[in-house]
Amino acid sequence: MIEMKDVWKTYPNGVMALNGIDIYIDKGEFVYVVGPSGAGKSTFIKCMYREEKPTKGSILIQGTDLAKLRERNIPKMRRKIGVVFQDFKLLPKLTVYENVAFALEVIEESPKVIRQRVMEVLDLVRLKNKARSFPDELSGGEQQRVSIARSIVNHPPVIIADEPTGNLDPETAWEIMDIFKEINERGTTVVMATHNKDIVNSFQKRVIAIEDGRIVRDEQKGEYGYEV
Amino acid sequence: MKSRTLKRHFTEAFKSLGRNGWMSFASVSAVTVTLLLVGVFLVVLLNLNHLAGQIEGDVEIRAYIDRTTKQTEYADLQQKMEQIPNVNEVKFQSKEDGLKELIKSLGDEGKAFSSLKKENPLPDAYIIKTKKPQDTASVASEIEKFDHIKKVDYGQGTVERLFKVTSVARNVGIVLIVGLIFTAMFLISNTIKLTIVSRRKEIEIMKLVGATNGFIRWPFFIEGFVLGVLGAVIPILVVVFGYEFLHGSVNNQLDTVFVKLMPVYPMVLQLSALLAIIGGLIGVWGSMTSVRKFLRV
Repeated sequence: MIEMKDVWKTYPNGVMALNGIDIYIDKGEFVYVVGPSGAGKSTFIKCMYREEKPTKGSILIQGTDLAKLRERNIPKMRRKIGVVFQDFKLLPKLTVYENVAFALEVIEESPKVIRQRVMEVLDLVRLKNKARSFPDELSGGEQQRVSIARSIVNHPPVIIADEPTGNLDPETAWEIMDIFKEINERGTTVVMATHNKDIVNSFQKRVIAIEDGRIVRDEQKGEYGYEV
Repeated sequence: MKSRTLKRHFTEAFKSLGRNGWMSFASVSAVTVTLLLVGVFLVVLLNLNHLAGQIEGDVEIRAYIDRTTKQTEYADLQQKMEQIPNVNEVKFQSKEDGLKELIKSLGDEGKAFSSLKKENPLPDAYIIKTKKPQDTASVASEIEKFDHIKKVDYGQGTVERLFKVTSVARNVGIVLIVGLIFTAMFLISNTIKLTIVSRRKEIEIMKLVGATNGFIRWPFFIEGFVLGVLGAVIPILVVVFGYEFLHGSVNNQLDTVFVKLMPVYPMVLQLSALLAIIGGLIGVWGSMTSVRKFLRV
């Protein structure tokens, strides 16, 4: 599914973010990525959806090597990966429905399919009744649910989330986690970078800890392992 | 591309023009101001060129023939002149015609020369027109070397000065136009850049959900084009009606100096098309260069 082989990333300013990462994530897995700030978590995540290109090594997603991927083939690859951000990245001038439909419009889906799929995912994230609202009329948790809906609307096999609960209060964070759980149970691989100790320790899954650009721990049913 | 997608691109482009109302207005104004300058300048330049062309077109070489030349040698001489490269036309002017023309050109005073008709002091002449007026001097010196040529006259000195003036005027005009267009490009692309920067997030999200660069560019392409062409509207109106008015009121007065302004049509139509094209191109160029930066996500 996702395989990184000896991945290194050095930024042009000399910062060495990843120093030899090897990892294999199977289809349908749920993986937390933890570690102190500045340890390379974000770079690790960004490499997975090819926002950053590794300096060395290969990243295989469903057999495609992102490190060798041509610029013009990136869009095709991104359609197989849903991305969720800490700051939601919703378009403020579009309604909830339009924000989700946007992901399908840009890949030129037919209006019929768009309508059907958007309502389907809005149902999944329990926002069907807010379809006509604008993002600034929603709470943080609701906005994050919209962004999750957008990321899964074209049925990608992988969801990558970069601190999706970072801006949310604990209760809301759990609501979001329930949705990720559900998505994962439907067979979608989920990779989530997080700082949320409670979540990692209570909803136990595989934990990958990154420090100084290296994987220092990789456990099934792992613990968060850092003091908050 | 699917027609549905094309329709979407157009809808998006016009939606964003409306949504970014003030920025659109600013971009259109920038295009308007610069194209207005370009348009007015082009009118002036084209007319200067036209006037210079008229004056230059009047330049001709007169080669006077020795009186001793035999009739048979005339044909030979004419042929030799016609064979000089850059010569367009060689016309024979008999001494009788030459005198008639002289008398006519002098008007009332010319009548005094009428008595000379019996003993015409003028020689026969050939009137030579070159293909390009600028070749006059070189062709004239060529002809001077021929046998039986008494004198070659093309307004030596004056003509060279005239050509110098017209060529400087043309070059200065071209430099100014090019400079103006570059300023326009810079100004407009900067204005458009501002509208696009505000939509950076939108582009970023499009890229993250897997939109191709082409897909993202289309609405911006259309938007830039529309901005540019809208900006050309006022300059076109000013050029068409302004020139029509100018032509009507000035041309008659110019008659006394034997030159004319360029006719209104088709010049204003060509100019309008040119302004619309420049506007469209600058608009497209401006939005494409600005959007390119944000596509690298």
